Amino acid sequence: MREIYFNKALNEALREKMSEDESVLLIGEDIGVYGGAFKVTEGLLESFGEKRVIETPISENSFMGVATGLAMMGFKPVVEIMFMDFIALAFDQILNHTTKFHYMYNGQVNIPMVIRTPAGAKGGYGPSHSQSLEALFIGIPGLKVVAPSDPYTAKGLLKSAINDPNPVLFVENKVLYGTKGEVPEESYLIPLNQAMIRREGTDLTIISYSRMLQLSLKVASFLEKQGVTLEVLDLISLSPLDEEAIIASIKKTKRVVVVDEGCKTGGIGAEISALLAEEAIEYLDAPIIRVGLPNVPIPASIFLERHVIPDEQKILDAVDQCLNW
Amino acid sequence: MTTKIGEQKLLEIFGKMTLIRSFEQKINWLFSKGMIGGTSHLYIGQEAVAVGVCHVLRDDDYVLSTHRGHGHLLAKGGDPKKLMAELMGKKSGYCGGKGGTQHLCAKDINFLGTNGLTAGAIPIATGVALAIKLSNSNNLVVSFFGDGASNHGNFHESLNMASIWKLPIIFLCENNLYAMSLPVSKSTSIMDIYLRAASYSMKGLPCDGMDVFSVISTVEEAVRWVRAGNGPCLVEAKTYRFCGHSKSDQLKYRTREEENAWKKRDPIKLLKMHMLDSKIEPSVLETIEEEQMNLVEEAVKYAQDDDPPVARVASSGVFLNA
Ligand SMILES: Cc1ncc(C[n+]2csc(CCOP(=O)(O)OP(=O)(O)O)c2C)c(N)n1
Ligand SMILES: [Mg+2]
Repeated sequence: MREIYFNKALNEALREKMSEDESVLLIGEDIGVYGGAFKVTEGLLESFGEKRVIETPISENSFMGVATGLAMMGFKPVVEIMFMDFIALAFDQILNHTTKFHYMYNGQVNIPMVIRTPAGAKGGYGPSHSQSLEALFIGIPGLKVVAPSDPYTAKGLLKSAINDPNPVLFVENKVLYGTKGEVPEESYLIPLNQAMIRREGTDLTIISYSRMLQLSLKVASFLEKQGVTLEVLDLISLSPLDEEAIIASIKKTKRVVVVDEGCKTGGIGAEISALLAEEAIEYLDAPIIRVGLPNVPIPASIFLERHVIPDEQKILDAVDQCLNW
Repeated sequence: MTTKIGEQKLLEIFGKMTLIRSFEQKINWLFSKGMIGGTSHLYIGQEAVAVGVCHVLRDDDYVLSTHRGHGHLLAKGGDPKKLMAELMGKKSGYCGGKGGTQHLCAKDINFLGTNGLTAGAIPIATGVALAIKLSNSNNLVVSFFGDGASNHGNFHESLNMASIWKLPIIFLCENNLYAMSLPVSKSTSIMDIYLRAASYSMKGLPCDGMDVFSVISTVEEAVRWVRAGNGPCLVEAKTYRFCGHSKSDQLKYRTREEENAWKKRDPIKLLKMHMLDSKIEPSVLETIEEEQMNLVEEAVKYAQDDDPPVARVASSGVFLNA
C-alpha cells in the first residue's frame, strides 16, 4: 500500500470532505497560499477558492465565534488554531458558546464544527509553542476530543469529525506531521469514540494516544525481545473515554501505565487513573503509574526540553516499576 | 419628534414598547417575591431602541442579543408566554428551562440568542452574517451590545472582520452610559462610540435612543446601506437604563438628579406625547396599555400553570446524535 505523511493524510481528508459536501469550510490563519503553519491545508485554497478557505486576521476568539455562527446557520466549519497554545485566546467561545448552544438552546441549534490544532513539543519551540493542552478540554460537556497517532487513523478520524453534528476538538501532533504510514486510496472512516488495541499483550497495558502512543509501541517491541508482552491501547478519543475498552484491557493484564504529553497534574493520565480507581480497582495487581510532564513550562533548549518530555526511557522505567511492584 | 409613520404602525410601536415595559416591571416584582431565581437585567428605559430597530427589520433578518435581552426578544416578535415560562424555569419556556434569561434562543423568529458573556455574541453574529453572504441571501443581522462591550476585543476583532469581508451586519451599540457601575467616561477612550466605526472604514451613525423615530430613521439608513451590499454599519443609540444593572445594584455610582433628567425623556412618555399631539384619542392608548398588561398577566398565569421540566431533561441533549 502507498505510504503518505500524516499532514498529507489530513489534507486528503479535508479535500475529500470539501469535494463531497459544499457546506464544509476551512477557517483560520494563513491557511490559504501559505497552506497552514504545518501545510495541512496546502493546495485547498487553489482548489476550492476563497469562499471555502476563509483566511482570518489574528483574532482567535472572534473567528471561533464566526465559525460558531456559521455552524448555527448550517455550514460545517473546520477551524485551524495555528498552535494549540493559542487556543487560550479562543477559550471563551469554545467554553461558553460553541459547546453550550445545543444543550442550552434545548436542541434548537447544533454546532457541526471541528477545531484542528497542532500540539506537542518538537525540539525547541519553547514554552508557548509546545504544549499539549487537551486535558483542559476533556471536562467540557458538549465537546468531543480526539487525537490520532498515525496517518491512517488521522485521515479516517478527521472525516468522521467533520461528519459529526457536534463540536470536535481534533488534536494533531507536530512531530507526527512528518511521519509516514500506509493510507489506502479508497475512502474509509475511523469512529470517533473507539479506542484501539495497537498491540496485544498480557503482562501490562500501556494506555496512550498521539505521539506518545508511537513511543509506547517502540517500548513494547523492545520488551518483547526480553519476553515481556505489553498491550498498547490507543485511546483515540479523550472525551468521551472508551471506558469499556480501557477496563477490558486492564482486566486482562492487571497492570497499567498511562502515557501522555500533558502535565501529570490534572492530566489525561489523572482522569484515567480516577476511572480505574472507581471502576476497576479490584483487577489491579499494582499501582497505576502515570508518565507525563512535571509541572514546569516546556523549556526551549533541546537540551532541557528532553528532560521534561516523556521518552522511551521514561516509559520503560515506568513499565519496570509497575511490573516489579 | 417627527415621523411619517402611519397611525396603525404607531399604535403597534407603542404597543410593543408598552409590552416590554410591563413585562419587565412584572419581572422586577416576581423577583422581589422570590418567584424567579438567578439574576435579571431589565430593559426599562431602553424600549425605543429594540422596538425601533425591529420595526425596520424584516422577519428573515437575524437578531443576536445580550444579557439585557428580554426587550430584544419581545421586539423581534417573541412570545411573552414562552419567555416568562423560561424565566420561571418551566418546561414550555423557549429553551425548556435550560437557558434562562441570559441563554435563550428563539430560532423560529431568527432570534439567535441572548448572551451571558459581555460581547460574547458579537463574533457569532458576524459568523451569521458571513453565512448569509456565502449563501447569497439579502437578509441581514443586527448584533446588539452595550457601551461596556465596545471595549472588548470581540467588538474590535469582529468589526474588523465584518469590514474586510463586507458583511451584512448592523452593530448596534446601546450606550446607556454605564457598564454595571463603570461610566463610559472612565472606561472608554471616546464618548461617541459610533466614531469607532472610522477605525474599521465602516459607516457609523448615532441616534437618540429615547426617541423611537430617531432610532427608526437611523436604522432605516443603516439597513439601506447594508442591504445595498456596502458592508456593515455601526449604530450607536444614546440611551439610559432606568433600573439598576441587575438585582444586586444599589445605584451608588450615579446621582438621582441624573436619573430624573433621563426619566423626563422616558421613551414611552415621549412617544405618547407625540401621539396625543397628533390627535390620537387618549382612550385608544389606554386600551393598548391595558391589553399589553393583560398579555403580561396571561404570560405569568401560563408560566405558573406550566409544569416544571422532568429530571431527565437535565442530563440529556448534550450532544446531537448523528
Ligand atoms: C466577559 C464578561 N465580563 C463581565 C461580565 C459581567 N457583566 C455582565 S453585564 C456587564 C456590564 C455590561 O455593560 P454594557 O455592555 O454597557 O451593557 P449594559 O449592562 O449597560 O446593558 C458586566 C460587567 C460578563 N457577563 N461577561
Ligand atoms: Mg451599558
